[in-house]
Amino acid sequence: MIRKILMLLALCGTVALSVPAYADEAKAADTATAPAEAAATPAAPAATPAPVPNKGDVSWMLTSTAFVLLMSVPALALFYGGMVRSKNMLSMLMQVFVVFSLISVLWCVYGYSLTFTEGNAYFGGLDRLFLNGTFDAAKGEFSMAATFSKATPLPELVYVAFQATFAAVTCCLILGAFAERAKFSAVLIFMVLWFTFSYIPVAHMVWFWPGPDAYTAASVVDAQNAKAGLLWQWGALDFAGGTVVHINAGIAGIVGAYVMGKRIGFGKEALSPHNLTMTMIGASLLWFGWFGFNAGSALEANNSAALAFMNTYLATACAVLSWMFGEWLFKGKPSMLGAASGAVAGLVAITPAAGNVGIPGAFVIGLAAGLVCLWGVNGLKKLLGADDTLDVFGVHAVGGILGALLTGVFNSPSLGGPGFPNNWFEMKPGFESIAAQVWIQAKAVGVTILCSAVVAFIAYKIADLIVGLRVPEDQEREGLDITSHGETAYHM
Amino acid sequence: MKLVTAVIKPFKLDEVREALSAIGVQGITVTEVKGFGRQKGHTELYRGAEYVVDFLPKVKIEAAIKTELLDQVIEAIEKSANTGKIGDGKIFVFDLEQVVRIRTGETGAEAL
Repeated sequence: MIRKILMLLALCGTVALSVPAYADEAKAADTATAPAEAAATPAAPAATPAPVPNKGDVSWMLTSTAFVLLMSVPALALFYGGMVRSKNMLSMLMQVFVVFSLISVLWCVYGYSLTFTEGNAYFGGLDRLFLNGTFDAAKGEFSMAATFSKATPLPELVYVAFQATFAAVTCCLILGAFAERAKFSAVLIFMVLWFTFSYIPVAHMVWFWPGPDAYTAASVVDAQNAKAGLLWQWGALDFAGGTVVHINAGIAGIVGAYVMGKRIGFGKEALSPHNLTMTMIGASLLWFGWFGFNAGSALEANNSAALAFMNTYLATACAVLSWMFGEWLFKGKPSMLGAASGAVAGLVAITPAAGNVGIPGAFVIGLAAGLVCLWGVNGLKKLLGADDTLDVFGVHAVGGILGALLTGVFNSPSLGGPGFPNNWFEMKPGFESIAAQVWIQAKAVGVTILCSAVVAFIAYKIADLIVGLRVPEDQEREGLDITSHGETAYHM
Repeated sequence: MKLVTAVIKPFKLDEVREALSAIGVQGITVTEVKGFGRQKGHTELYRGAEYVVDFLPKVKIEAAIKTELLDQVIEAIEKSANTGKIGDGKIFVFDLEQVVRIRTGETGAEAL
C-alpha cells in the first residue's frame, strides 16, 4: 500500500518538474505566434493583426458546451437512475450531480492546466492554475485557444468550459459500474484520484498539441510535434473521446465492479430496473447532447462539424436497429431497454470516429456497435463474472475499443474517410495504410486500458483504506436513498 | 349482510364497477395488490439478466351488500371480469356482522 502511495507521489513530482520547463517556453512563445494563446493584441504595432474569433464558431462551441452538460445532468443521471431499483434512485442522481460539479471545479483549479498546457508527453504544466491568464482585467484581453484551422482562434475560456464538461461526464460514466452499493464519500475520494491520475494524463496524451498556427515552417514541424502528447505524437485518432472518455471510464468501471464486489442478491434476486421510462428519456437526451460532444469536437462550425454531426446521427440509429434485431433474434423480444442501450452503444462507438470517418464508416460502426455491445452485456459479462451494475464496461469500454479500432479502418480515403494531414505545415494526406493506422489505434487503446486500470485499482484501494468502499449490508438492503442521503425518491 | 371480496385483472376494474353500480351496489373499496395463483408469474429480461417475477399486479375490490343482493353481485362480477384466460381472479364471500355509518351512527343494513 505504502509503495502505491509513493508511486502516486512520484507522479506528482513528475508534474511539478515539468513546470519550470514550461515557463521558459512560455516566455519564448511571447515573441513567436503562440497558437494556444495567440493573444489578440490590437494595440501592438504588428504588421499582421492577430486573428479574431469567428462569431459562428464561438456560438456553436458555447452551445455545444451546454449540450454536453445536458448529457450528464440530467441525461446520464436519468439513463442510469431508471435502471437501478427505486430505493437507490436518488443516490444515482446525486452521485452524477455531485461528481459532475466536483470535477468541474477541479478542472478549473488544476485539471485544465495539467491537461491542455505544454509540459511533457504525459502531463501538462501549471501555467493555467485557477485559469490564471485566461483574462487580463487590466487590458481587458482574453487569451485565445487553437482550433484545427490556421488563424482561427477561439477564446480560451470557451475551450476550458467545453473540455470541462468532457472531464466531468467521463467521471460520471464510471458511477454506473458500482451503483447501488458504493459509499458516497468513497466515490468522491476515488473520483478526485482517478480524475487527476488517469483522466488528465490520457486526455493530455491524446489531445494536447501546439495547434495549427505553430507549424510556421517545414523546419519547425518536428520540434512542434515533440511538444504534443504521447499518443498524438504516435498519430492516434480520437475525435471526441473514444480512448479518453469511454475506454478510460469503462475500464475504471470494471475494475471498480471487481474491487467492490457483487451486490447482495446478485444472480439470485430480481434486481430489475425501476423505471425504464426515465431510462428512455435519458438515452434520448444523451443522443441529443452527444451532437455537442461529437460535432462540437470539431471546435469550429465547419465541414468537419457537419460530418461529425451526421455520423453521430446515423451510427446511433444503426446501433438501435442492430441491437434491437439482435435481441429479438437471440432473446425473443425487442425491448425498450435494448433499444436505449443500442443508442448509447452507437454513440460511444462513433465518438472517436465522428469527424474521422465518412458516411460508410458510420453505417458499419453503428451496426457493429449494436451487436458487439449486445454481446458485451451478455456473453462477455458472464465471462467476466463481475457485477458491473449498469454495464459501463460492456457498453463504454467495448464500444469505445470497437470505435477506436474501426476509426483506423474507416479513416482511409479508400473507404470514404477524410484521412488526416501528414504534418500541419505541408498539409498533405497522411493516411498510410489501414493496417498501420489500426495498429496505432490499438496501441493507444492499450495505453489507455493500462493507465486507467492501474490508477483505478490504486485509487479504489486508497478510498477503501480511508473510508471503506461499500456501505454496510443493512444499509444496502434498505437502499442508499434513505441511508446515505436521508431522502426518498418517490412518495406515492 | 355479506362482504364480497374479488381479486381481478386491473384493466377489468371499470367494467366491474359499472356492472355493480347497475345492480344497485352503493359503494366499493379498491386496492392495488400483488399475488400469484395458477397463472404463476412471468420472466422479464433486462439486457443479459433474466428475472422471474412471481407476483403479478391485481386489483382487489370489496363490497358490503345486503344478503338478498349476493347472487346478482356474484354474477355481475363474474361476467364483467371474465376474459376466459388464466388469471381472471377469484371472488370470496364472507358473512358480515356489523356495519356503522360514521357520520350518522346508523347501523346494520341501513348503513349500507
